[in-house]
Amino acid sequence: MTGPVRTLLVWCPDWPVIAAEIVDGVPATTPVAVLHANRVVACSEAARAEGVRRGLRKREAQSRCPQLTAVDHDPGRDARAFEPVVAAVEEVAAGVEVVRPGACALAARGPGRYFGGEERAAEQIVEHVAQSCGVESQVGIADGVFAAGLAARAGRIIEPGGTPPFLADLPVAALGRPALTDLLRRLGVRTLGDFAALPAGDVLARFGFDAALAHRLAAGRDHRPLAARRPPADLDVTDTYDEPLDRVDVAAFAARSLAERLHDTLARHGLACTRLGIEAVTEHGQELHRVWRHDGLLTAAAIADRVRWQLDGWLAGQGRPRPGGRAAPPRPTSGIIRLRLVPDGVLAHVGLQPGLWGETGEERERAHRALSRVQGILGPESVVTAVLGGGRSPVDQVRLVPWGDERVPTRPGPAASPDAPPWPGRLPSPAPALVLPEPLSAAVYDAAGEPVAVTARLEVSAAPARLAIGTRPPVEIVGWAGPWPVDERWWAPAEARRRARFQVGLADGTALLLSLAGGQWAVEAIYD
Amino acid sequence: MAGRMVVGATALSAVAAGLVRPASEPDPAGGHRLLPVVPELTALLPNRGLRRGTTVAVSSGRPARGGGSSLVLALLAEASRAGSWCAVVGVPTFGAVAAADAGIALDRLALVPHPGPEWATVVAALIDGVDVVVAAVPPGLAPSVATRLAARARQRGSVLVPYGPWEGADVTLQVMRGMWEGLGQGRGRLRRREVTICARGRGAAARPKEVKVWMPGDGATRAGGAPHPVRTGGPRPASRRAALTLVGGTA
Repeated sequence: MTGPVRTLLVWCPDWPVIAAEIVDGVPATTPVAVLHANRVVACSEAARAEGVRRGLRKREAQSRCPQLTAVDHDPGRDARAFEPVVAAVEEVAAGVEVVRPGACALAARGPGRYFGGEERAAEQIVEHVAQSCGVESQVGIADGVFAAGLAARAGRIIEPGGTPPFLADLPVAALGRPALTDLLRRLGVRTLGDFAALPAGDVLARFGFDAALAHRLAAGRDHRPLAARRPPADLDVTDTYDEPLDRVDVAAFAARSLAERLHDTLARHGLACTRLGIEAVTEHGQELHRVWRHDGLLTAAAIADRVRWQLDGWLAGQGRPRPGGRAAPPRPTSGIIRLRLVPDGVLAHVGLQPGLWGETGEERERAHRALSRVQGILGPESVVTAVLGGGRSPVDQVRLVPWGDERVPTRPGPAASPDAPPWPGRLPSPAPALVLPEPLSAAVYDAAGEPVAVTARLEVSAAPARLAIGTRPPVEIVGWAGPWPVDERWWAPAEARRRARFQVGLADGTALLLSLAGGQWAVEAIYD
Repeated sequence: MAGRMVVGATALSAVAAGLVRPASEPDPAGGHRLLPVVPELTALLPNRGLRRGTTVAVSSGRPARGGGSSLVLALLAEASRAGSWCAVVGVPTFGAVAAADAGIALDRLALVPHPGPEWATVVAALIDGVDVVVAAVPPGLAPSVATRLAARARQRGSVLVPYGPWEGADVTLQVMRGMWEGLGQGRGRLRRREVTICARGRGAAARPKEVKVWMPGDGATRAGGAPHPVRTGGPRPASRRAALTLVGGTA
């Protein structure tokens, strides 16, 4: 039977604090504490010097160190920030397992031989991580991941076979099982050596399965093999052309073969992609990159279509000027010499299941093709679909998402789920048929010609009688209702909006939604 | 007798779920040529629906009267609810909440708010794949482009709904008058509007027709999202056309 795997573990001390510095820019040299559920999860060196410890309450930590910066714990942030470190380690050695954000392990044998000694390998890794990510790390080498983790905290390299004696002197708290540690302490078992000396069968009978596992770890019998991270397969396909492609039909032909190659690659891996980046490089070094989305799965023909549309727009479409349009990429000055397809949003292909009754079949496919074609002409952001969410005004309730993207509302709406927020102060139905993205400024006058105002107690100074929109002549108001006050996000000064809304009917039969904010009237929507 | 009733009830529920087409309904070739519209508007259209391949213009009139946007939404609602795909081109102020209230399925509705100078290309591309294309007509559109788009819609079997001045449409709907109800002096709220819609056109629709409708519609049954509300059992009021047709289909 083989013993535990000789493991090298790279450990970045106080990783949640470092991650907060990398992602949110909280300087880790000042006293910082990362809190979860009002308890300190990790703290910076400066905070530790002031007496802040793990497990303290927020208030207690702040009383020990008044200038403490408190950061919320975010496992996602930790993992995201750790990704470059793992990549840096992978550049030096292969087969890395991420134990948790802040620690990754690899088999020590390979790098140990390659660099001529485990110490040299450890130095290389620490130095490379420091150089490429600017992150401080420590390395420990021992038999098994558990022992290597403890060795990394001490920054030690335990010689082969020396792991059980190394573990024997450590306190039981090193097991990382607070309930078990507490129990063992009260039973007089203080070190891992004491714990390991207990008969395994009795530990299992008395403390249960998890403790039996901990018992094995304490004895240095950590047989779990490393679950090495497999680097993502390289799925990009690239083609270079000696003869620059300067006609759309030629480029489309090239794109078709490229698309089929990409599709073959994906099919070989049993994958399909939902987003596709198309990159074209011209002879003069101009680049055009655009990402296409598709909420179904992109087939070879669909990929080829998208390549053609994009090149069509680029090679031929830009000859005409676009007044008022978005900044279109300039027409390339030379032919295309390289095309690259980068699949994104890759997922396992389990086969496409068409709708049983045909409702999602042909018609949907037809509509998708037409809309993708328009996206090809105008750009992916120009075809949108509306998603209803929560909000108090018609503008807030609607989010426009590009066609093919996930339909997620900005704010949870009343229809989303039973416990969604009710949004008191919503406008009553009917909803306005025309919603102005930019409110039109207006002026409202009373019968005497004075501007109408609303007091802080929501008293209207006089009945509105005439409305002037922009510079147009005033129109008579025949009916009005309001003010309906809305005071939103008053707790966030930058986003706070306080306004009073009115519904107004005009003499010519139109009805408008007006709002008054800071003394300025505006037309928000038209009941057309 | 009892067996027949059971069979009838099952068929009814199947129809209610929109899964089965009763044999007495028109054949698919004819039926699929026609997209449904809300009952209030059927009188205005020559085939009592949006016939595929036709151009149904919605004009705001001169001087511009309000109500055109609501009319467009009402026109789309029933077709969208029945599963058709719709697109709206060149309306950056489109009120999606109002559209959803009218009964339009937003996940089958595409918006192209700013088509820019590519207007004709975009509309032509949409006609190829979408059942109903609403297009706000840009000022100064060449008549030849309009004719080409109408021909394309006819060939592809889509319904083109130009919103604005348009020559040569099969039917032109125009809001003549609209009066809101429910707003007082400092109280109340907008509730509904009586709209007079006039239709004129070519061929069968040559004689102008005028109807008065409430917008939003006053039928409580229309407010929900269920397709074709069907009442099963109990005394049935003889007012709903859909329910009546259904009885003929299953008896």
